[in-house]
Amino acid sequence: MGLVKQRTFLGGIHPPGKKHQTEKFATETPPLPPEVIIPLQQHIGAPSEPVVEKGSRVDVGDPLSKCEKFVSVPVHASISGTVTSIEERLHPSGMNQLSVIIENDGKDHWRSDIQFDQDYLDLSIDDMRDRIRDAGIAGMGGATFPTHVKLSPPRDKEIDTLIINGAECEPFLTSDHRLMLEEPKKILLGIQIMARILEVKKIIIAIEKNKPDAIRMMRKNCNEGNFSYRVPGLPVKYPQGAEKQLIYAITRRRVPAGGLPMDIGCVVHNVGTAVAVYEAVAYKRPLVERFVTVAGPGVQQPKNLRLRIGTPYQYIFDYCGGLKESTAEIIMGGPMMGIAQSSLDVPVIKGTSGLLAFEKRNVLNKAENVCISCARCVDACPMKLMPTTIANYVKHGYFDKADEFNALDCMECGSCAYLCPSHINLVHYIRYGKSEIVKRKKKAKVA
Amino acid sequence: MDLIFYASLITLGGLGLLFGAGLAFASKKFAVDIDPKVEQIIETLPGANCGACGYPGCSAYAEAVVAGNAPPNKCIPGGEDVTQNIASILGITGVESAEAKVAAIRCQGGKEEAVEKFIYSGIEDCHAALLINGGHKACRYGCLGLGSCAKACPFDAIEMNKNGLPVVIEDKCTGCGVCVQTCPRNIIELIPISQNVYLGCVSKDRTKAVKSVCKVGCFACQLCTKPKVAPSGSIEMEGNLPVIRDIHNEEELFAAYDKCPAHSYVIRGERPVQKEEQKVETEKQ
Repeated sequence: MGLVKQRTFLGGIHPPGKKHQTEKFATETPPLPPEVIIPLQQHIGAPSEPVVEKGSRVDVGDPLSKCEKFVSVPVHASISGTVTSIEERLHPSGMNQLSVIIENDGKDHWRSDIQFDQDYLDLSIDDMRDRIRDAGIAGMGGATFPTHVKLSPPRDKEIDTLIINGAECEPFLTSDHRLMLEEPKKILLGIQIMARILEVKKIIIAIEKNKPDAIRMMRKNCNEGNFSYRVPGLPVKYPQGAEKQLIYAITRRRVPAGGLPMDIGCVVHNVGTAVAVYEAVAYKRPLVERFVTVAGPGVQQPKNLRLRIGTPYQYIFDYCGGLKESTAEIIMGGPMMGIAQSSLDVPVIKGTSGLLAFEKRNVLNKAENVCISCARCVDACPMKLMPTTIANYVKHGYFDKADEFNALDCMECGSCAYLCPSHINLVHYIRYGKSEIVKRKKKAKVA
Repeated sequence: MDLIFYASLITLGGLGLLFGAGLAFASKKFAVDIDPKVEQIIETLPGANCGACGYPGCSAYAEAVVAGNAPPNKCIPGGEDVTQNIASILGITGVESAEAKVAAIRCQGGKEEAVEKFIYSGIEDCHAALLINGGHKACRYGCLGLGSCAKACPFDAIEMNKNGLPVVIEDKCTGCGVCVQTCPRNIIELIPISQNVYLGCVSKDRTKAVKSVCKVGCFACQLCTKPKVAPSGSIEMEGNLPVIRDIHNEEELFAAYDKCPAHSYVIRGERPVQKEEQKVETEKQ
């Protein structure tokens, strides 16, 4: 393939991959924690209401909450035991959220109706969707958008391409990589279900070229069964795994500003979501565990782990030999878009792809300098925005001007701030601008 | 030579006269009727365009007053003098000016007293800081200390102290309320200038939650509402926070200040010398 035909998007950056730390380690399953904290809100959309009470006995897979709204998913008990309380606990987002605390009875007793359903492929599409929703599946790449919503395109929108996202462009993270190596069958069966629901013919599994073994593994089963797919190797670049960038890299279609991938006939799902979909439809098994990479220079023994939702960080780091004394920052997710954590009493949620610990020397904390107009941020922006211009408008309170420069299109990938030689907090300015723009628009609507 | 000189003098002078006459005519013909009262009122207003009156600026307020849509005592920064001036311009008598107000910072949890969840190194702005994990202060209600109110004040009446808390310079504060609008945590309140004691905490959390994050936070012990401190009921509990019902019952408010175990009450300016001591002093004299 020549340079011209490179499957990629414009802009982006090349941070050091740092994946060698954990990419060769097979996933381990640590013993179950003595207590799990399950926040009721682990997805984007309407919050769910608890259906259990203090003192209720729950089996693994029992629903803990429900919600009638469409854009919402329930959460489930990830261990068997007793609900000790329903109270506000710190959520990975940094805010307090209503959470269900379950004490482990050590039996790991699963709900009895979780069994393999031989005829799952004969189910109607609506039944499949209902099983996916009842299993509480929310996008496992990190954005946690309810999966059944993405699998219910409106009638007037024809979907022709299903893209399965195994790009994993964030440095350090290897959980999707290990998943592709260890559960390829489940991924393919999950894709089969999603393809059936969406009625698409063209299926593409997108993997970056720095994971050649995963590409080989997924290609091996090509054309097996009654559906075929392609596995192109994508050049290594950040943010290749971002939805809009991935669609452009593969189909050369652009999602219109403010639009959704559905508008241009594409749906993107993470590989982890594919596994969860298979387990939900074939076994009626809710989403109670996920693959998590524990890495970074601050961890004694970096590992890939299969963890139950709700496992507290402290327990996980203890299993990985503890944190080094010099650890200064913990990040949930990747180093580029992840959220810095302020406590170790926070649980793993559906969107936790990694837990990274960094030492003081890794943490950039330099004073902001003036913009030297080098335009590196403009070159790198994968959304073709002008980060420095937007940041300047926001700095001086011209939020309507920032809106004119499409600040709302920013997905906060951090490429601009990563490159900025003046250490300007570009993403923070833009995020602040976005929040003010949305606030003002809401106000204008009310008035 | 002379000819050119006179010719140009006459043409240019003539043009000047012609245009002058045109302008004079236009100014009479197309004159916009501005009520002279509006101009007078604009002159008497402070001109800060702070918006405390509820209008976009001083001139908008002046027009509204003359049109009879606004009462003359709405200019808070102007105070008594401006109200009386406007009243005399309009020819009204007996207008009572609204009581002057002053901004009070209802949080005392600075860097020394309040726990911080993490080290914040982002933009120096409270609204922006709130987007990062809900702010770096462990207290959900506390001042973030990045000085958005100080930057917003049109009269430079708020300064940040070394402890990371805003301080109101009362001589400069006009009570316009721009800071109240700005503060994302709703900590600043306008209190009447005659109120000398106020509660310097807005936390609605319960005892344990407050004590774990702040040394000076009100932890709802309810002591200040007890009859031995406030027998006339000038302080009442509302949820987890006491509310001052009678702002002028200073005896009870000072007693609450003395008794409060968390030192949550704040006295504005200097505490007046107690009456008994005053008596002793006068007797001495």
